Amino acid sequence: MAILVTPQTKLIVQGITGDFGARHAKLSLDYGSQVVAGVTPGKGGQFFEHGSARVPIYNSVADAKAATGATVSVIFVPPPFAADAILEGADAGLELVIAITEGIPIKDMIRVKRAMAGGATRLIGPNCPGIVTPGTGPGSTGGCRIGIAPGYIHRKGHVGVVSRSGTLTYEAVYQLTVRKIGQSTSVGIGGDPVNGTSHLDVVKMFNADPDTHGIIVIGEIGGTAEVEAARWIKANCQKPVAGFIAGATAPAGRRMGHAGAIVGGAEDTAAAKIAVFKECGIEVAATPSDMADALVRAAKAKGVTLS
Amino acid sequence: MNIHEYQAKALFEKFGVPVPKGATATSPEEFITALAQLPEGPTMVKSQIHAGGRGKGVFTNGYKGGVKFCKTKAEAREVAGHMLGNVLVTAQTGPAGRKVQTIYFTVASDIKKEYYLAILLDRASSRPVIVASTEGGVEIEKVAHDTPERLFKVLVDPAYGLADFQVRELVSKLALTGAEAKNAAKLIRALYTMFWETDAAMVEINPMITTPTGEVLALDAKVSFDDNALFRRPEIVALRDLNEEDPKEIEASKYGLSYIALDGSIACLVNGAGLAMSTMDIIKHFGGSPANFLDVGGGASKEQVIAAFKIILGDPAVKGIFVNIFGGIMDCNVIATGIVEAVKEVGLKLPLVVRLEGNNVAAGKATLAQSGLTIVSGDSMADAAQKIVKLVA
Repeated sequence: MAILVTPQTKLIVQGITGDFGARHAKLSLDYGSQVVAGVTPGKGGQFFEHGSARVPIYNSVADAKAATGATVSVIFVPPPFAADAILEGADAGLELVIAITEGIPIKDMIRVKRAMAGGATRLIGPNCPGIVTPGTGPGSTGGCRIGIAPGYIHRKGHVGVVSRSGTLTYEAVYQLTVRKIGQSTSVGIGGDPVNGTSHLDVVKMFNADPDTHGIIVIGEIGGTAEVEAARWIKANCQKPVAGFIAGATAPAGRRMGHAGAIVGGAEDTAAAKIAVFKECGIEVAATPSDMADALVRAAKAKGVTLS
Repeated sequence: MNIHEYQAKALFEKFGVPVPKGATATSPEEFITALAQLPEGPTMVKSQIHAGGRGKGVFTNGYKGGVKFCKTKAEAREVAGHMLGNVLVTAQTGPAGRKVQTIYFTVASDIKKEYYLAILLDRASSRPVIVASTEGGVEIEKVAHDTPERLFKVLVDPAYGLADFQVRELVSKLALTGAEAKNAAKLIRALYTMFWETDAAMVEINPMITTPTGEVLALDAKVSFDDNALFRRPEIVALRDLNEEDPKEIEASKYGLSYIALDGSIACLVNGAGLAMSTMDIIKHFGGSPANFLDVGGGASKEQVIAAFKIILGDPAVKGIFVNIFGGIMDCNVIATGIVEAVKEVGLKLPLVVRLEGNNVAAGKATLAQSGLTIVSGDSMADAAQKIVKLVA
C-alpha cells in the first residue's frame, strides 16, 4: 500500500498539450504511470502520442473522466487559468487534483479553497512537485509519478516524505535511496501560502498507512502548518518521525509584511518551529544533508525497521 | 510589490478611504507648487521611501527625522530641502539607506486618538483577516506581545465578503460611537474593497485617527501587492519604483533568477527555493555566512548560470562561491558545462565549490574535473559547505 495514489491510479493531465505538461506527461508514461487522458479545451478528439502510448485528449475533465474512469488529475495550465482548471477537476468529481502550476494569484486560491471546502475532492498544491509512489521496476519504475519529480531517485519501501519544497523533497528521497531505504509515497504539498493539503493532512495519512514505517516532515519559515503537524504527531503518532526546517538564515520580513508576523504569531520562524519539533519528539536534522540519517536515528530509538 | 505612501493614499481616495489632503514634489521648484495646493497652517513633511521607521530615521548628512511636523508651510518648505535628494537610514533600510526622491506634504491633522487597522491573509484559515487595535501609532508587534487583548481580528468569508455585523463588531471593539463609529465603519468597508479589488497582499494603516470633529482618517498607508496577480493589474505595475529595488535583484529577475542580497561572504547558486534557503542555512551551520539567496529555478541554462555568476561577483563582499545543484530532471552534464563556460567567460578568481547530484552526475563531475579550472567538488551538501567555508576562512 501507499497513500493517495497507487500504480493502478488512472490519471488525467490538464494542460497536456503545453510544453511543460507534455514533457512531464511523457516522463510519467516512461515511469509506468497510468496516464489515461489529457484535457485541453478545443483539442478534444486529438491524441497525445509518446512511444507506443496514444493518450486521448478531451475538451473537458468531465468528458475525460466519463470516458476513462480516471480518479486523479494533474494541472500544468498557466497561472491565469489554473484556478479554473482546479475547480473543473473538483466539479467533475475527481478524488484528487494535483496543481503543479507556480504563480497562481493568492486571491484565486482563497476562492478556490472556499469553493472546495466540504467537497469530496482533495487538492494538493499548487506550486508543488506532485506525488510519487515508487514501483518495483528498475529506477523504481512501475509506480505512480504525478507531477515533476525525478522518478528514478525513488525506491519502493516504507518511508513517507512530505515537504513544501520540491528540491528538498528530492534531496530527502535521494538520501534515503542511496542508503537503500525505500519510500511508500513522497508528497510535495507546495510552497504557496494557500494550499489544498497541509503537512498535518499528509502526516495523518502516513500514520494510518500500515505500509509506512517512518516519516520525514520537511518545512520552512512562514505560517504554522509544521507546528500543527508536530503537535498532532506528539499526541497521536507512534512512528519514528524526522524533521527539517529551511530558512534559519532567511532575512526577516522579505516575504511577509510585518503585520503577517502578528497573525502568524511567534511560531513561524525556523528557530521556533525547530524548538516545537524537538519538544514533540521529532528528530531534527541539523542540516539538509542529515535528513535521512535523522530518520534512521529516530527509527533506531524506537526499534523500528525502515527497510 | 510595494508602493509609496503617496501612491497608496491615492488608491485609498479612489476607493473612499479618507486621507489628509496632500501633494508631492520631486524638486525644490515643485515644493512651491505642491504647498500651494494645501491650506496655510500646520503641515507634515514626509520622505517617500518604501522602508518603515522613517520618523526615527537619520539622513547621512546628519539631518534627523524623515517625517516632520511643521507649524507653517514656509517651515515645511525649508525642512523638505533637508530631505530631498539625501539618503535616509532607518531601522528597516540597512546601513546603506535609501535616497529620498519624492517629498509628500500633507495637512497636519488634529488627532483625538490613534488606532491601528490592517488587512492581510490569514494563512491558517486561508481567508482575509482584518486586524484592528485601540493602540495606534506604535509598533504593532509590541501591542501583540504586551497587550494582545487590545488586538481584534475578524476573518472574512470570501464567498460572502465582509459582512455588516463584522464591521459593527470591529467598530464596537474599538469603542467608537456616534459619527466616529459611522465614519470608521465606512472606512473599514472601503479599505476591504480596495484590498480585494486590487489583489493586495497587505494594507496597513498605522495610525488611523479620529479628529475632534468626528472624522476618521488614514494618517499613514502601507500597501503591498501579490506578485502573482500583477499580470492582471497593469495599473498597479505602473506604480512600481525601480529606485526602491536592489539593482542586482532587478537584473536577476530579467534572467528568471530569484536573488536576494545578504551581508555574508559566501555566494550561493542553487536550483529550487527550498534548497537555496537550506544552502544558506548549511553555510551558517558550518561557521560561514551566506552572501545571497539565489534560486536559478528548475532549469539552470548556461545563460542563467553566466548571468548568476556576474550578479554574484558584483558584490565586493563575496569571497567564495558555492554552487549547489540537484539535477532531478536536468542533465547534470549540461549544468556542469554551463558552469565551466560561465567561469571561463567571467574569469573567476575566487574559490568555487560545486556540489552536483542527480541525473547523469558522473559525466557532470568529469566535465568539471577535465575543465582545467580550479573547481573544488563536494560529495554532499555538508561536504561542499564545509569545503567552501574553509576556503574563504
